[in-house]
Amino acid sequence: MDLAYSPEEEEFRARLREWLAKALPTLPPKPSPDDWPGRRAYDLGWQRMLHDAGYAGLHWPVDAGGQGATPTRQLIFLEETENAGAPYVGANFVGLLHAGPTIAAEGTPGQRARWLPPVLRGEEVWCQGFSEPDAGSDLAALRTRACRDGDDYVVTGSKIWTSHAEVADWCELLVRTDPDAPKHRGITWLALPMDAPGITVRPLRTLAGSAEFAEVFLDEVRVPVANRVGDENDGWRVTMVTLSFERGTAFVGEVVACRRVLGELARTARENGRWDDPVLRRRLGRLNAEFRALWRLTQWNVSEAEASGGVPGVGGSVFKLRYSHARQELYDAAADVLGPDCLDLDREWTLDRLSSLSYTIAAGTSQIQRNIVAERILGLPKGR
Amino acid sequence: MRFRLTEDQRALRDGVRGLLTRRFDREALWAAVAAPGLDRVLWRELGAAGFFALRLPEADGGVGLGLPEAVLAFEEAGRVLLPGPLVATHLAAGAVPGAATGETVVAAVDGGLVEWLAEADVVRGEAAGAVPLRSVDPLTPLHRVAAVGSPDSVAVLLTAAEQLGTATRACELAVQHARTREQFGQPIGAFQAVKHLCAEMLVRAETARAAVYAAAVTTDPVDIAAARLLADEAAVHGTRDCLQVHGGMGFTWESEVHLHLKRAWVRSQRGSANTESEEILAADLAG
Repeated sequence: MDLAYSPEEEEFRARLREWLAKALPTLPPKPSPDDWPGRRAYDLGWQRMLHDAGYAGLHWPVDAGGQGATPTRQLIFLEETENAGAPYVGANFVGLLHAGPTIAAEGTPGQRARWLPPVLRGEEVWCQGFSEPDAGSDLAALRTRACRDGDDYVVTGSKIWTSHAEVADWCELLVRTDPDAPKHRGITWLALPMDAPGITVRPLRTLAGSAEFAEVFLDEVRVPVANRVGDENDGWRVTMVTLSFERGTAFVGEVVACRRVLGELARTARENGRWDDPVLRRRLGRLNAEFRALWRLTQWNVSEAEASGGVPGVGGSVFKLRYSHARQELYDAAADVLGPDCLDLDREWTLDRLSSLSYTIAAGTSQIQRNIVAERILGLPKGR
Repeated sequence: MRFRLTEDQRALRDGVRGLLTRRFDREALWAAVAAPGLDRVLWRELGAAGFFALRLPEADGGVGLGLPEAVLAFEEAGRVLLPGPLVATHLAAGAVPGAATGETVVAAVDGGLVEWLAEADVVRGEAAGAVPLRSVDPLTPLHRVAAVGSPDSVAVLLTAAEQLGTATRACELAVQHARTREQFGQPIGAFQAVKHLCAEMLVRAETARAAVYAAAVTTDPVDIAAARLLADEAAVHGTRDCLQVHGGMGFTWESEVHLHLKRAWVRSQRGSANTESEEILAADLAG
């Protein structure tokens, strides 16, 4: 049991740090949050820089064009890029972290050759069409229909919570191909070209006031059968295979960022006098314990993943439950530090506090996560 | 980075668990409740197994292992509610003759209290004028003293390890009960309200585990303060929830749940106050 990095890992860290110090000053100015084409160009530009420096697809298998890096190197990469203030994965998220790995694992050689290199090179953006208005936590209840017509599927339905839909080239789409089969067994995975006729994208304004998501309406959209990854009606399994690419590193950057914010909170509290309140001070002390533990839990999960050859341990749901709650606590504490200024939308922490509200909902609500922990880890019976 | 148990550490943990399962099973636990007093034979067996001399250098007759191994052993002790001044005697190994082998029982002043004062051969700290309490925990006799004692960081961490063992055990007991106890025609563990209590117990225990193990590796006082806060929370909150899952049976004397809760309460009084741990962690942010 140790927390030391090997000489090779330290060298990887040093080289990365050196590159970041040179690369980051050459980045163009950050686009405004509402400038979607600008955000796309910025995020793809960053991905291109990573690609040219040999850091693209760090966690992807080598035969898919990735670096096949160990979970520990991923951890170091995410830690260092966050500490250096590098751009987030942004518009590349679905391509790099979900659709890409799915195609790498389940696609044909032709599909891999067509779709993977543009993701790594920062040329194409993917979005995700999974959730529907009536299929949220119960994702497998999705109803968007795909009917075979010659060499095409004809797709009709609607998707929701689709980030970057306005600027995406492709959408990884889950559709129902067999309405009579049990719900998990009638689903198919398709790559939907976002310029196909019949697609309408409508921005969805969040409670933070910004349009971070979109609804996507599909009206008899034709998708070539060749765009199907995996077999017809096998899409649920195809999708779940990819979820196993998550090797305990999903929130590394965020935990690093939260620890930095906590330090900033303490500094601000000392400047504005709130630090003299022992209740507030100890609350921040508790949060320090919390985020230190979450960092250790991340290192634990990564070590477990590494030992098991990249197969994720049971730690993911445990981590997500604790982290999403801690993040909300952090920004509630920020409001306590700011006092009346916590109502000022021009304060960075005000918007962060609002966006933190999504953490116990997105990617599996805390309630669903508790069911997963109870049933899959603790072995409690499913409800009936 | 290999932040996981090594093969040797797993073997050590399993060895301690095996010893404690053999020598301090449920029957022994209830016998101890019925007839309070320290089992000196067991104490010497623990000494012979290296429980107290675990961190003592081999040159001094110890096992020569480190804090991570001690944490694993104390976690196991916490799981089974092993009674006695374990932390005080472990810390006295090498300093008090006979402590390492379990020949001498050593108690210590900690947090205004002394555990097992009357049974101890040696008491470390200023225990003059100690007044016995009617202890809430039937397995931990207590004396109240004026002196607070200066909290030793290793003692704080080993206590956190015991709390971690309790948190883990409480979760197991709750799950066992929830799987077998039926109401409304199904195991109560099939109800989400019960399921979610159990899931949160595991989340708190596993978060505390990461903090406790990391503190054992780094021995950083800030890490130890974090480990202490999270382990106390996991143990006290976890045993409370375990009691809740057990329903009315959890409120009875014959259920062992209350023994875990009471011990968690006793341990959370050790060391300095929780607020001091919070201040250590706050000061770290201000640095």
